[in-house]
Amino acid sequence: MLSKVAERVYWAARYLERIESTARLVSSYDKLLFDLPRSVEISWYNLIIINSLEQEFASRYSVKDEHNVLKFLLADDTNSASIISSIDAMRENVRTTRDVVPEASWELANELRLYIEEHIQQGINRRRRHEFLDHVIKSCQQIFGMWHGSMCHDSAWHFLSLGRNLERADMTTRILDAGVSAFIETRDEGSEVTGRQIIPGHVLRSLNAEQAYRRAVRSRVSAGEVASFILENEFFPRSINYCHESIRNHARRLPGGREFVAQMQDLMSLLAEIKVQQLDGKKMQAHLNNLQLSHMNIHNTISQTWFPLW
Amino acid sequence: MKDAWSRYDCGDFYDELISSPGHARQAARKLVSCLRSLGEEDFNSRQQLAESTIREMGISFTVYTEEGNIDRCWPFDIIPRVISKRQWDKTAAGLEQRLQALNLFIDDLYHEQKIIKDGVIPEFVLKQSANYRTECEGVTPPYGVWAHISGTDLVRDRDGEFYVLEDNLRVPSGVSYMIENRSIMKRVLPEVFESVDIAPVGEYTEKLLDTLVSLSPRKVKNPSIAVLTPGIFNSAYFEHAFLAQQLGAELVEGSDLIVQDDDCVYMKTIAGLERVDVIYRRIDDEFLDPEVFNPKSVLGVSGLMRAWRKGNVALANAPGAGVADDKVVYAFVPAMIKYYLDQQPLLPNVETYLCYDKRQRDYVLANLDKLVVKPANESGGYGMLIGPHSTRKQREQFADLIKAKPRNYIAQPTLGLSTAPAIVGRGDLGPRHVDLRPFVLQGKHSYVTTGGLTRVAMREGSLVVNSSQGGGSKDTWVVDTDGGRK
Repeated sequence: MLSKVAERVYWAARYLERIESTARLVSSYDKLLFDLPRSVEISWYNLIIINSLEQEFASRYSVKDEHNVLKFLLADDTNSASIISSIDAMRENVRTTRDVVPEASWELANELRLYIEEHIQQGINRRRRHEFLDHVIKSCQQIFGMWHGSMCHDSAWHFLSLGRNLERADMTTRILDAGVSAFIETRDEGSEVTGRQIIPGHVLRSLNAEQAYRRAVRSRVSAGEVASFILENEFFPRSINYCHESIRNHARRLPGGREFVAQMQDLMSLLAEIKVQQLDGKKMQAHLNNLQLSHMNIHNTISQTWFPLW
Repeated sequence: MKDAWSRYDCGDFYDELISSPGHARQAARKLVSCLRSLGEEDFNSRQQLAESTIREMGISFTVYTEEGNIDRCWPFDIIPRVISKRQWDKTAAGLEQRLQALNLFIDDLYHEQKIIKDGVIPEFVLKQSANYRTECEGVTPPYGVWAHISGTDLVRDRDGEFYVLEDNLRVPSGVSYMIENRSIMKRVLPEVFESVDIAPVGEYTEKLLDTLVSLSPRKVKNPSIAVLTPGIFNSAYFEHAFLAQQLGAELVEGSDLIVQDDDCVYMKTIAGLERVDVIYRRIDDEFLDPEVFNPKSVLGVSGLMRAWRKGNVALANAPGAGVADDKVVYAFVPAMIKYYLDQQPLLPNVETYLCYDKRQRDYVLANLDKLVVKPANESGGYGMLIGPHSTRKQREQFADLIKAKPRNYIAQPTLGLSTAPAIVGRGDLGPRHVDLRPFVLQGKHSYVTTGGLTRVAMREGSLVVNSSQGGGSKDTWVVDTDGGRK
């Protein structure tokens, strides 16, 4: 398999995953804001912070309101992380790898792009937002499902999986990070429904993890348990541990990946020793920050190993 | 749609579907009666279905404009163009004969040049040919074949005969659109496919793969094949990706390839370097190898010519094959067929005046308002003068060009290109001029597509069918009216 094609396949999966997680994040945020007591000050702008896009946002908008945040995350083609930019990038990557990904990928990518282009306003305005996001999420899952079920699980598949899992792991740290920040900022006022009670549940929902959590943990939702589940669970496909393991396993099947696999192994061993339940807010934030740096390293090593410039 | 079909009148042109107002040609009879029976709304919704299918299938081509490159959806008219199988079989035989002679000619040019020594073609024609490559002299590609893939442009004149307009032996494009047009039509008019014997077109890519495999220098079971594209900004990138996918070949750009000290070509893969046996190149000669041709080219691969000359890699089409695309050389093709094959040409050329010859040039200069003047080495319909549609100023400009470089220009009578009914507005039909580009393969064996790509000049009265200049396309049906469905 050509190095360049491998790189594009990897990015196609990353962008597709990014679209799905962004849609999921917006969708769960929408629901969270309805639940919170009015006294809790959590704004849409948090979504910008989660994605480390404060500077880019500030260069385009001065008002940090719902409309601008959604416009920036969904429809702004000058924001390279927006849904509209991601679908364009994803489609370009599929277009340039049509010889290795299943034929239907191209058609589905076109359909999704047309849908997003035509309905993007729905995502920004609140009334039919759910319908829009739901369609986008389902379309992403359709493409991932089609890949999983119909393409050869050869090198191209391993690169798709590397891209998808790394993007997932990174998004998971960001969602958790946002939860932790919100948790720290919200005072526990002793009222019936407080932010502190709602936020951990919200983190689970953002990751589509609520059902899995309840089955695995079998106790009421608490901040420490949620963090542990999201970081360490070995079966939940969006947990950091699962994503790392998956990256390692796919890399094992690729030629010349021995050093990379060893690096993943080291990272996983290191993480296994950390007792996440005991990390309080600030320490957890530092931990998540380190994880994000590790993910950058993982990406760099993947690039150097399989996509060299020659 | 009854009225629109009854009203349809193509004047004194040969029409592909209609023989006289209200009467369909035999091969098109079932199609026309089906289309007549559709209500206007039904008909429009089918055209819309075709358009949305094209968007979803992502069938596009790139147009270069001053504001940058625009990806446009493939323009498509849902009324097919129909050719009877009996007529097509004759045409196909003529195309095969022609490519065979052209390949013998190219091979002769790069070796002994017997055809020049025997006085059939003047030497200066060759000496001044823009696409003659001295770097190719003495090379013998497999089977002596240089042009493995040609996209010959055919037109019908008022007499209903097919004439060859151009041979296109360099990097002809359009075959993917021919195949995709058929898949669109199957979605749009499924009922007609049940009642008409339409020859399929999809086998082309299999035949192309056979042709490419037969060229491999290493006699291994699965030689490694690559489609070399200039990249995503090329107008035919859609086709390059489509063909790579259909062939199971790697789609590569120049930067993915490298020629090592052993003069073999390798591609850069995730497992290191892997040898390439056959390259279906979709970039022009001049950009192939910066060592030999344009040193500034970043599209090509340094050392590619070295590898090819040593026989370590096959290039399709071979470098230098474009020498026969010269329109002056074109004029000699009937003579070549007699010279190399000792046969009568089965397909006629369009009558051609060679401006280097004083008598013919004088005729051309005196009749510029009636003729089409073409530069000898351009493609894509650029740099032409269409006499009857030209201004005095344009004619003066071309007269100067011809006098300055007579070898570089030819002229042909303005043909009355055949027409076919096309949708020209809601529920209305109008005659539009069409041409036909069949694709011919030659390797160990040869093959001609059934039909080809029909291009349509969508503007009324226009003769320009190029998609970059407002042309559209139609599905092309070769219909067997002699036998029934087996």
